[in-house]
Amino acid sequence: MDIRVDTVRKEFARYPALNDVSLDIRSGELIALLGPSGSGKTTLLRLIAGLELPTAGRIYFGDEDASSKTVQERNVGFVFQAYALFRNMTVLDNISFGLSVRPRATRPPKAEIRRRALELLDLVQLSGLEKRFPQQLSGGQRQRVALARALAIEPRVLLLDEPFGALDAQVRKELRKWLREIHDRTGHTTVFVTHDQEEALELADRLVVMSQGKIEQVGTPDEVYDRPNAPFVFSFIGESSSIPVTVENHELWVGGRAIGLPAPHDAAGEAVLFFRPHDVELVEDGAALAGVVVATRRVGGTRRVELEVGGNPNRVEIDLPFDHPAGEKTRIAFRPKRWRVFPKG
Amino acid sequence: MFEPEVVYDSRRVIPPEEHTRPTTERPWVRRTLIATAVVFMALVLVLPLVLVFFEAFRKGAETYFASFSDRNTQTAIALTLTVAAIAVPLNLVFGVAAAWCVAKYEFWGKSFLTTLIDLPFSVSPVVSGMVYVLLFGAQSVLGPILRSWGVEIIFAVPGIVLATIFVTFPFIARELIPLMQDQGNTDEEAALSLGATGWQVFWRVTLPNIKWGLLYGVLLCNARAMGEFGAVSVVSGHIRGKTTTMPLDIEILYNEYNFAAAFAVASLLALLALVTLVFKTVLEFHYGEELAGTRRH
Repeated sequence: MDIRVDTVRKEFARYPALNDVSLDIRSGELIALLGPSGSGKTTLLRLIAGLELPTAGRIYFGDEDASSKTVQERNVGFVFQAYALFRNMTVLDNISFGLSVRPRATRPPKAEIRRRALELLDLVQLSGLEKRFPQQLSGGQRQRVALARALAIEPRVLLLDEPFGALDAQVRKELRKWLREIHDRTGHTTVFVTHDQEEALELADRLVVMSQGKIEQVGTPDEVYDRPNAPFVFSFIGESSSIPVTVENHELWVGGRAIGLPAPHDAAGEAVLFFRPHDVELVEDGAALAGVVVATRRVGGTRRVELEVGGNPNRVEIDLPFDHPAGEKTRIAFRPKRWRVFPKG
Repeated sequence: MFEPEVVYDSRRVIPPEEHTRPTTERPWVRRTLIATAVVFMALVLVLPLVLVFFEAFRKGAETYFASFSDRNTQTAIALTLTVAAIAVPLNLVFGVAAAWCVAKYEFWGKSFLTTLIDLPFSVSPVVSGMVYVLLFGAQSVLGPILRSWGVEIIFAVPGIVLATIFVTFPFIARELIPLMQDQGNTDEEAALSLGATGWQVFWRVTLPNIKWGLLYGVLLCNARAMGEFGAVSVVSGHIRGKTTTMPLDIEILYNEYNFAAAFAVASLLALLALVTLVFKTVLEFHYGEELAGTRRH
């Protein structure tokens, strides 16, 4: 099921949570809404579900205008952040709920509901736990039950709000892989919300990076990581370093020195240079960014050093091999291998 | 000669009584506080309760049971049960509806409504009764109109029921509001997203989530409905055998120096209180975390 979000705006008590957002979600894809808290990602998800109604704009499911349809009519599978399992029902009753509340005409017979619920329980690898109550399950198991319950109604789209938010790191990784498998097997169009970029990069076919009620960039994980199109995206996704620069004579300058990088555009003036700390080369001579080490710390297999460049109060971080002899006050010259320049503002 | 070596052992385990927590008082302070509380409780609560039963049985079990064969007393018991049987279910519905509104929706004037729900707690019961007399009494605008249609409110059963409903209204709503606010909306949203209708959500998700809190509220509401004196006294008119409830009957018997009968009926009310307490304790013991009342009051 294709989903099209068309210039949707949502205001809560006059405060805009979403500002004219448009987005095309393709049938069968696994897409992540990624952003810091307050970016509007959960609001967008709830608007697609019909748990909120837009202040303006339309939402289409395929060719059908779903904007004014209720959540029941939209037939979506929604997995809540805290799972929202019904605590007075067993696991089996939870999964069966969606089918058992259908009007008599479309409700399958009891035995059929039970068979399908057990099948889903098997799909989420919880066979044998059908008589348990939610309180008797671990966080990861509850998450699986919540997913099975959402899948039971054969939804047109699967929506997950911070699906792994409340789980510890180990379980998170396992469930991530497992969700990808389930998605590949069932082929549902799936939208999930997360603030964890690692999760989004690993799991999603495409990312929607959001900030302050707007979409900053939409693209595959590679596109978003390698070609961020905005300062926010560059600093939000992956590690980044930035330094103010001046654009002049088709070159970038820091503190009155050319740093050996050509300006990507002709407009002269103030700008900000972004690069990844690990994506730099050390240089012995020629124009480069040169700075003095002011701090160094070990990050995994590399050493991250903080440099003061050209007496500039802004410090940049770069990664060095962990056996690099640099100590405090060592002078280091480098050039970013890949970088972007955004006009200041 | 062998002398045991005395060594200061830094790993010495400190016995529990020496290891006092900063929030614990010294023993004599603790004992004084506990003793004060126990004596006070005994004087104010236990002694009167024991006295009720003592006075009731003072002239023997025969007199005790004979008190209940009195016609007027029997109608008073029947009236009390009737009033509770009407007031409690109505307040059950009102209470759930009010709590639902306050807990699950945002609307203009919500805090005012919440305050209004507490009004019967803060206003003297006598005033509550007076309000109904002013509304429906012979001197009021509504009273004569209703009377011309053959409807009696004041000095009749409907007035007693109304006054009782008013006085006992907050019990269920107050119990449910914090509970439902705590639980939030997500269970309901989940049920809706799975295709359930509003009624299905209420019966299958909301009601099971609040059932113990609701039962708790109903118990307290019932105890008060049967025991209410002030408001009922104003609107009842004290017509023996017609508009006297148990508390009013007790007062009349007492004023007639019929102590044995007065205390016999009083013992019934006291028994009701005890049964309510036992139920309440059982509920708190088993479903403590599902009762808002045990956490907030």
